[in-house]
Amino acid sequence: MKGRINVNSTTSGTDHSMIQPKRKAWSRFKRDYELYLFLLPIIILYLVFKYYPMYGVQIAFKDFSPSQGIWGSEWVGFQHFIDFFNTYNFWTIITNTLSLSFLSLLFGFPAPIIIAIMLNQMLGKSYKKFVQTVIYAPHFISTVVLVGMLNVFLSPNSGIVNHVITLFGGDPILFLADAGWFRPLYILSGIWQETGFATIIYLAALAGVNPELHEAAIMDGASKWKRVWYVDIPSILPTIVILLILALGNIMSIGFEKAFLMQSDLNYATSNIIPTYVYEMGIQKAQYSFSTAVGLFNSFINIVLIFTVNRIAKKMTETSLW
Amino acid sequence: MNSLLKRKSRGDAWFDIINYTMLTIIMLLVLYPLYFVLVASLSDPNYIYSGEVWLFPKGFTLDGYERIFSDSSIWIGYGNSILYATLGTLIGVAVTVFAAYPLARKDLAGKSVIMWFLLVTMFFSGGLIPTYLLIKDLHMLNTIWALVIPGAGGVFNVIIVRTFFQSSIPDEMWEAASIDGCSNTRFFWSIVLPLSKSILAVMVLYHVVGFWNGFFDALIYLNDESKYPLQLVLRNILVQNQVNSGMMIDVESYAAKMRVTELIKYGVIMVSSLPLLILYPFLQKYFVKGVMIGSIKG
Repeated sequence: MKGRINVNSTTSGTDHSMIQPKRKAWSRFKRDYELYLFLLPIIILYLVFKYYPMYGVQIAFKDFSPSQGIWGSEWVGFQHFIDFFNTYNFWTIITNTLSLSFLSLLFGFPAPIIIAIMLNQMLGKSYKKFVQTVIYAPHFISTVVLVGMLNVFLSPNSGIVNHVITLFGGDPILFLADAGWFRPLYILSGIWQETGFATIIYLAALAGVNPELHEAAIMDGASKWKRVWYVDIPSILPTIVILLILALGNIMSIGFEKAFLMQSDLNYATSNIIPTYVYEMGIQKAQYSFSTAVGLFNSFINIVLIFTVNRIAKKMTETSLW
Repeated sequence: MNSLLKRKSRGDAWFDIINYTMLTIIMLLVLYPLYFVLVASLSDPNYIYSGEVWLFPKGFTLDGYERIFSDSSIWIGYGNSILYATLGTLIGVAVTVFAAYPLARKDLAGKSVIMWFLLVTMFFSGGLIPTYLLIKDLHMLNTIWALVIPGAGGVFNVIIVRTFFQSSIPDEMWEAASIDGCSNTRFFWSIVLPLSKSILAVMVLYHVVGFWNGFFDALIYLNDESKYPLQLVLRNILVQNQVNSGMMIDVESYAAKMRVTELIKYGVIMVSSLPLLILYPFLQKYFVKGVMIGSIKG
């Protein structure tokens, strides 16, 4: 036990890795070997399940055949990418993916900010808590159940939505069988499910707003509305920017699950997006190399986007991810 | 100062009225669909069809639930989901917590290298097909392991737990313990973990909800129906309209079948979501806590 006590390591607070000579490295490693054992499971998991698939990405440039394996398959260069660019529905897929993500962001992103500001202005504590409990709840419903709810609510014969429409003299709408309705339904159901839960971060940011700013504003005769506009919103702007960068950076990785579950032959014209296309070509049609190329193309755009957006944000607001 | 904040002009009173009204409307918009599913699941399907069910069950019946509970596929799905959630949570939380502690220590050599090793995977990934081929080559297809192992120790969770350790277990505590001859392992088990019950609760909740609601991995990796988790069983009923014939054994006409199918759909939504929705108000503070800690920049 005594051997493990290292005088250097017990001086508090500072990181010694910079100032200690190299020969100490081994003794530090020996002292901390248990901590490295703690890290071993995650390192092995990541090497196998995250880094090995990155090595496997090369099949996007090969004609993968299972018998020859990843390494043994023949190189074909950018052939699969060219094939993808030349498929008849290439532009449809790209447009579908981008419209769905940008529209979701456009309508979904401001919603929690507005609701958080409204909640923050509530005076009655218990009613506020009740409202919060209710609007967080849909977050815990699974995607399958959410799409199931869309199915039963929007059913042309028995769904409550079409009952309301016919009540006002309209004709029932075949929502889920209509390509034009796919995007509005995807976006609205997303807002219904996630807006409440997304307010948590903004509420935390609003709770951190300096009360003296509000007091000063009241002294100057500012109304509630003006205080929201000139005190609350500027104070939470950094939080908004960070979350916006994260959201923009993920624009190409919109969820597979809901689009896949909502997809049918009838709305394929708008619901065919890159993630569902990768699944269709790769898992269902076993076109491994082609599908990997499509996925890689998608991540490439995503990475370019996040780096670009981060740089712009850094220049304009001095807030950035790194 | 308090009275100052409370003083209201007429404009402010209007602001409050509009604010409360709008929030109440928003809350009802969120609540009503959930409430309607409950009401519809207890109503005679003929009334649902004719659009007479709005606020209260009409033609109260438990027929839907009886049919659901007499069918084995739902029970098998429940059992599988409980199994996957339990095992997956155990593995996931263990990997996460074990990884987070060393990374929270200021004095660990090579810490930033390991952190980058983990973070890189947030930006680059092999994607669906290379991962699928790997699982296939490891002979994990159609086994529970494909669901519970590959995703264990997500970067985001590691960062959340690490941040918690950094802010609640001061380095001085370890320094004092190590002078007394305490080993890292013992310190971790008898000091760190007992002080971290709240973040452990958060992690358990995150994992349980994730496994309970997830269906993507099961969709890709499982093909044996007896291994389907609840969400895949639900998908067959809710999205693909494949209500098990066992639930319909006594229903004759096509029209009646359609009606009973609707009733069963409302019922399974309740049956699958109810455990979480009932528990959730009690657990809400832990989720909020998890989101808050997670939002602190790693």
